[in-house]
Amino acid sequence: MKNPITGLNKIFESRIRLGVMSILIVNEEINFNDLKQLLEVTDGNLATHLVNLEENGFIKVHKGFIGRKTNTTYSITKSGEKAFAEHITALENMIKGVK
Amino acid sequence: MEERNQQPTETLKDIKQLMERSSRFISLSGLSGIAAGVCALIGAWIADDILSEAGWRFPADPFRNITGDLVTMRLLFLGAAVFVAALLLSFFLTYQRSKKLNLPIWDHTSRRLLWNLFVPIAAGGLFVLGMLQYGEWRFVAPACLIFYGLGLINGSKYTWTDIRYLGYLEIVLGAINMCWIGYGLYFWAIGFGVLHIFYGAIMWYKYERNA
Repeated sequence: MKNPITGLNKIFESRIRLGVMSILIVNEEINFNDLKQLLEVTDGNLATHLVNLEENGFIKVHKGFIGRKTNTTYSITKSGEKAFAEHITALENMIKGVK
Repeated sequence: MEERNQQPTETLKDIKQLMERSSRFISLSGLSGIAAGVCALIGAWIADDILSEAGWRFPADPFRNITGDLVTMRLLFLGAAVFVAALLLSFFLTYQRSKKLNLPIWDHTSRRLLWNLFVPIAAGGLFVLGMLQYGEWRFVAPACLIFYGLGLINGSKYTWTDIRYLGYLEIVLGAINMCWIGYGLYFWAIGFGVLHIFYGAIMWYKYERNA
């Protein structure tokens, strides 16, 4: 998963997946529509990326209801937090390396 | 959001921006503070009129009784009107700002901010009404200032952190007011009028001037 040279996580090469992680790291949980609005992406696009993150064990999905409407919320997992932190550290190291 | 290769500095900047936008309500406009302050000053001015008409002189006599006083009803009505006017105006100005920033006005950040502001303020409102029920007017202004300050500190986690310092100032002002009971209206006017305008101007200068 990790690039051995830079330490960057391949999964976070997608800006949308990285965006989802950035939002979830500071929000206990967030629903699909708020994610969509924040990232300015289409339903299908976002859903694909969310499935990918879930399959990698980085996020947890909670299916709930508000009245009759489904309300799906997402939260970050421990391994998601760890992977995200490592990715940030790698990015920071790259900047330091350049300088 | 499109997929493309970026420099790490840009990526980190994007991450930081998303963290901020998703966890804090940043459309809160400084102009809202100024408008609320102006409402408060007008309200205090009218209240001063009502009080002097009823024969009150500043500083008010701390031992004067107000039970069954019509003045209390008029002041309560005025207070409610000021609150509604300030709320509507600041909502309108913040709504304008959210449109400009292209951010939703009603999302989880604004909901969280409103709820966290609302709880201490509502508790304060009930407390003040409870005091007035027994003709206790002396601590109305200090209680307004202190509970409002608590609301601001509580809400500051969900919007610009600047409003936390406004909250501290309101609490300090309320505490000082308790040593100068007869001057409640002046402290109220400083806390809700002057400080709002001052803080609104600072926030406007900091976040909106160049945007």
